[in-house]
Amino acid sequence: MSLDKEKIKHVAKLARISVDEAKVDSLTKDLNSIFKFIEQLNELNTDKVEPLTSILNQSLRSRKDEIIDGKIREKILKNSPKKNEEFFVVPKVVE
Amino acid sequence: MSNITNQSLSEILESIKSKKISSLELTQSYIKNIENAKKLNAFVTTTFDQALENAKKFDNKPNNGQLLGGVPLAVKDLFCTENVKTTAGSNILNNFVPSYESTVTKNLWNNGAFLLGKLNCDEFAMGSSNETSFFGNVINPIGDHLVPGGSSGGSSSALAADLTPATIGTDTGGSIRQPASFTGTVGLKPTYGLCSRWGIVAFASSLDQAGPMTKTVNDCSIMLEAMSGFDEKDSTSINKKKELYSKNLKDNIKGLKIGIPKEYRVDNMPKEIDELWEKGKKILKDSGAQLIDISLPHTKYALPTYYIVAPAEASSNLARYDGVRYGYRSQKGKDLIEMYENTRSEGFGDEVKRRILIGTYVLSSGYYDAYYLKAQKVRQLIKKDFDDSFTKVDAILTPSTPSSAFKIGEKTNDPVSMYLNDIFTVPVNLAGLPALSLPAGLDKQGYPLGLQLIGKALDEQKILNIGYAFEKNCGYKNEIKKWWS
Repeated sequence: MSLDKEKIKHVAKLARISVDEAKVDSLTKDLNSIFKFIEQLNELNTDKVEPLTSILNQSLRSRKDEIIDGKIREKILKNSPKKNEEFFVVPKVVE
Repeated sequence: MSNITNQSLSEILESIKSKKISSLELTQSYIKNIENAKKLNAFVTTTFDQALENAKKFDNKPNNGQLLGGVPLAVKDLFCTENVKTTAGSNILNNFVPSYESTVTKNLWNNGAFLLGKLNCDEFAMGSSNETSFFGNVINPIGDHLVPGGSSGGSSSALAADLTPATIGTDTGGSIRQPASFTGTVGLKPTYGLCSRWGIVAFASSLDQAGPMTKTVNDCSIMLEAMSGFDEKDSTSINKKKELYSKNLKDNIKGLKIGIPKEYRVDNMPKEIDELWEKGKKILKDSGAQLIDISLPHTKYALPTYYIVAPAEASSNLARYDGVRYGYRSQKGKDLIEMYENTRSEGFGDEVKRRILIGTYVLSSGYYDAYYLKAQKVRQLIKKDFDDSFTKVDAILTPSTPSSAFKIGEKTNDPVSMYLNDIFTVPVNLAGLPALSLPAGLDKQGYPLGLQLIGKALDEQKILNIGYAFEKNCGYKNEIKKWWS
């Protein structure tokens, strides 16, 4: 299959990345060459193969549902590009 | 002692222990080297004042019982360091100062080392040449027109140029082993789960592993011993007894079975790499190992599988960069969605965007089965190839890379040709195995070439031992002319 420009713009929308109109052509070319490479996998019959979801022979550990840290609001807000005293600030969402 | 920085980590540790040199003198020597090597562009951030303070503290109260007592170390800028800027080579994290320390770096500091600076890398570790970094490309000390490999290119360059006695990188598809091979140094990707991923900027979580990059195999065993270990904070960390890799390092490999996979001889591979592989086989045979031909039939499907799995995981991991909680925020856009879109468009570089788009596409509705599920199934076949082989052999010997270091700019216009660099390293990540890249010789241009030893899961000691025997009998010596200072 091949990806056309409209499809790429749609995927970019899903990924929340604005794409410069001037770059769409070269992006389309690059992504198509990558997909052509990826699609070598279609040579293989995998009907009877179980998908590998974890490389470890162990299941994910769970821990007790209790608070182990906290009271670090300042640390958490420290790197925010825009904040007031207690909150992250974003552009207006609700009119 | 003007030439202390030429020495291996283990020699440096000896000199500190026997008080031939103080930690402060050592640190000053590295700082001088770093200041004279700005052309290499290996560092994003330096922490000299902090390093000098720590060196003085050590000298006042030396603790030589520690594995890395008194040693300054620069680390890849993918490890979060408390109160020291951590960028992952990206504009989107250009102003990010973590309030916490990654487990792996904390382990190094708990063993007596301290931070010298943060090393350049490909943006979010996505690249094989260190040319995707927002902070510019890094230069290989082997030659001013050569890439140092990637993504841990700042790490390989700094190590080979004597700007740090050892370092750590991360390896998702070859990012430790390929740059090690390009600079004539030793690089180890440990078993998935051996080193904690907590506090490392995530790329592809089912593949990412941190590991050491060093001048010798012995150094590698020391660094691995210091950095590895179980961590509650990483849900995929393996809970096992700590191993003493450096204490147990030995060069007796008599009777070990080494697999030689026929699928690692690829089209258009330079003759020199084939010859190097032959040389490697002979060295191991002469050391008492037994060579056995094996087959890993799905090898050629590893890269296509990787370029589904890794971008899929990356697109999910990198969704967190939204310009709200940390990192760069665009000032453009009339609403929240446009703010996100502009932030991510301005904050990420081209290669990262490409991979996010691939990942988003292969996970999107209607395509998941054809791409992502298919890749997970092929990943199973690749793992099974290794499982089958390891019933017959103790380790596998292959070339590390299909070429030596290439020229800056040579592959930037063709993503697939760049990806092909990782053809021998990627299968190991997909199977979660440990692998060691060893400097083994030079090509006809005089550029280093590496060989790779792949082990069973958690069999690091064995591949380190084989590497140790190999190193003794190979006689490779990295002699780099310091043209940059």
